[in-house]
Amino acid sequence: MSTFQIDFSSVQRRRIIGIDLGTTNSLAAFMDLTGPEIIPGPDGSRMVPSIVSLAADGSFVVGEAARRLLIDAPERTVYSVKRLMGRGREDVAEELKLFPFRIAEGSEQVIRLALGDRTFTPPEISAQILKELKRRAEQYLGEEITQAVITVPAYFNDAQRQATRDAGRIAGLEVLRLVNEPTAASLAYGLDKRKEGIVAVYDLGGGTFDISILRLHEGIFEVLATNGDTHLGGDDIDNRLLAIALEDIASEWGEDLSHNGEAVQTIRQAVIRAKEELSFQPATVIDIEYHGRRYQRELKRELFENLIRDIVDRTLGPCRQAMRDAGLEPEQIDEVVLVGGSTRIPMVRRAVEALFKAKPHAELNPDEVVALGAAVQAAILSGDVQDKLLLDVTPLSLGIETMGGVVSKLIHRNSTIPASATEVFTTSVDGQRNVLIHVVQGERELVKDCRSLARFDLKDIEPMPAGMARIEVRFLIDANGILNVTARDLRSGKEQSVEVKPSYGLTEEQVEAMIRESYEKAEEDLRERQVREARVEADNILAAVEKARMSDAWLELTEEERAAVDAAINELQVVYHSNDHHLIRDRIEKLDAATRRLAENLMNTAVRQALKGTKIE
Amino acid sequence: MAHLHDCWHCGAKDAASLFCRYCNTIQAPTPDYYEFFDLPRRLGLDSEDLKNRFYTLSRLLHPDRYTRRSEQEKRFSLEASSILNDAYRVLKDPIQRAEYVLRQEGFPVGDQRNKDVPPELLEEVFELNMALDELRGGDLEALPQLDAMRRRFVGMLGEIDRELEAMFARHDAAPEDARRQILAEIRAALNRRRYISNLVQEVDKQLAARNA
Repeated sequence: MSTFQIDFSSVQRRRIIGIDLGTTNSLAAFMDLTGPEIIPGPDGSRMVPSIVSLAADGSFVVGEAARRLLIDAPERTVYSVKRLMGRGREDVAEELKLFPFRIAEGSEQVIRLALGDRTFTPPEISAQILKELKRRAEQYLGEEITQAVITVPAYFNDAQRQATRDAGRIAGLEVLRLVNEPTAASLAYGLDKRKEGIVAVYDLGGGTFDISILRLHEGIFEVLATNGDTHLGGDDIDNRLLAIALEDIASEWGEDLSHNGEAVQTIRQAVIRAKEELSFQPATVIDIEYHGRRYQRELKRELFENLIRDIVDRTLGPCRQAMRDAGLEPEQIDEVVLVGGSTRIPMVRRAVEALFKAKPHAELNPDEVVALGAAVQAAILSGDVQDKLLLDVTPLSLGIETMGGVVSKLIHRNSTIPASATEVFTTSVDGQRNVLIHVVQGERELVKDCRSLARFDLKDIEPMPAGMARIEVRFLIDANGILNVTARDLRSGKEQSVEVKPSYGLTEEQVEAMIRESYEKAEEDLRERQVREARVEADNILAAVEKARMSDAWLELTEEERAAVDAAINELQVVYHSNDHHLIRDRIEKLDAATRRLAENLMNTAVRQALKGTKIE
Repeated sequence: MAHLHDCWHCGAKDAASLFCRYCNTIQAPTPDYYEFFDLPRRLGLDSEDLKNRFYTLSRLLHPDRYTRRSEQEKRFSLEASSILNDAYRVLKDPIQRAEYVLRQEGFPVGDQRNKDVPPELLEEVFELNMALDELRGGDLEALPQLDAMRRRFVGMLGEIDRELEAMFARHDAAPEDARRQILAEIRAALNRRRYISNLVQEVDKQLAARNA
């Protein structure tokens, strides 16, 4: 593990945590004095399963507790929601065949998932996971956490990144930076200790695959190329095994269980167990008990590998493309780092080793390394770590639609970010007031083969003859990989107003509404907590007074004093069940005042006894 | 060379670009790539030196270093970093670098309308189009000929690159008033280069389509 330079003058500043918001599991980490550390939950667990369930009372159950509900309340519970972030309904048609997502009506621009009788967008569900991590961090670190670095797959497009940032905002976190997962992992590995060299990071997670190639130079982590597939991961392996098990069970039991949510989840958890065991032993048994019936099937590693070979192979094309883009041959790669739970599969390791001709690093827990790296990036942002700097790239080319539906590329993929491009637009009709710019992301020549990102409407253009207007538009991809567009009228030099219409995802107004709602909820939560805390305090003082009444000290009080204490006890008990914590605290203070003499007497008794004790000795 | 302006932060009159020389606060960045890197306007650049300057400036300007600064400083950092990255991308590549200088000197570059065949290539282009037509018609006998032509074009590219290098050196050594003439020559060489490079791409595309 690398050592980190810590600037002690900054200890007082607000802490920024690092978050790995994963498809399967999510983690939070912080920068301790000796290096990045995972923030454990109250039960000591290091990961929060990315599962969210809506309880009957409208509150959310998140993490391990929600896993049970996948089986008990599948219609109110959702997992792998990251697969839906920043996507449109038609994008996820394939996923819907394999995942029990229930998409609500009216999900054209933003998908809405039904949980029970309510609907939520993917950012709102992800926000629940983030809130759970935020709570854990606040409890563990004993301070309010409002700022975070969140990781995203390197190959996430603009809409997916925006959706992640929206989730953070809804959870009450200011997302100071989105960091690409493989890049974060390279930070955690402290590979810069070797100062110079080329590193490939192979990241096969639950739902996404990334490959990034970096050059290390005196603490600078410069990404040369990145590639990937945002729909390729351990989930695909699980689904493959699940489909086979369902088929097998259908023929054995004569019953098709594939539309039975409870059965599917039971079988899913069993095949995941089998998959995980096969990483450490040559054979395992898929063992399922379902309502008194039992299904058992031996699975050898050899057969397992044949079943998943094409999935593993699908990761190799992006690796080769990334090397081509970086202008490198496999022999020039000095180190390979494995990230993501799926890299525990021996076949994946063999494939990586064969491709890069280097033994991959796997010293750090592949489930934790991304979160640890996010914490390092958080420390870079806070200024606590000053000897490191990440220079990342944009994974996809950015272009605008031109005549005939052809894309004109403005910023090429693998350009170091922040990156920008400037174009001058004009009008084609006399007196035209608006110009609409359609921005797309992707590598293909035609708009229809690229991903529509947004339409930018240049509004209120000064009316003039066609072709006379000159509006300079600046496209800027920031350090989060998110596009910002500004425009200027070159004739007047004035700022030109631009209205953004995202093709997928939430509008600014929608996000703000969600933040407001979440804020109101937070106030409710806070009130409830304060009431509970006040009651705990009341319990404590009532118990203490009750005990004191049994002592000699009580007898030393006057009649009036004793009556006053009894009255104060009574007063407190009357308001104990109210929802007004101010009232409860007020009565606690009154009881406290009424028992002051009693406390003094108790103290004196204790002192006397203590003194007696010393004399004896 | 460096353009002077008033520092927005301390008001000094000659703040210099990127950082104020008095209060060291980040300034509105210059959009000029050479000025940004504090380099003389030369076409021949030492790539190692350029890389070191890029890393040094990245450390000073990257938005990660401005998270806890004022909104104005954050804006300047984002702006400056994007220009730095754009400039590095352009300046490290000799062709893009030359095109940048040409554009700055008012020469039209990379004009899509400029589709005329350079006269000295007329014969080759005619031959190439014949061979491509044959290939499209399914005549595989054109393959060896296409391969030979591709090699010839790639050879020409290498030759142009050597010529360009010599022209760059001449440009950099020439007095200010003689430079325009050399830039015109460079522009002609670049146009020829782009034309040939497009031909190679076309052959590759056809061959790839053939193999697919």
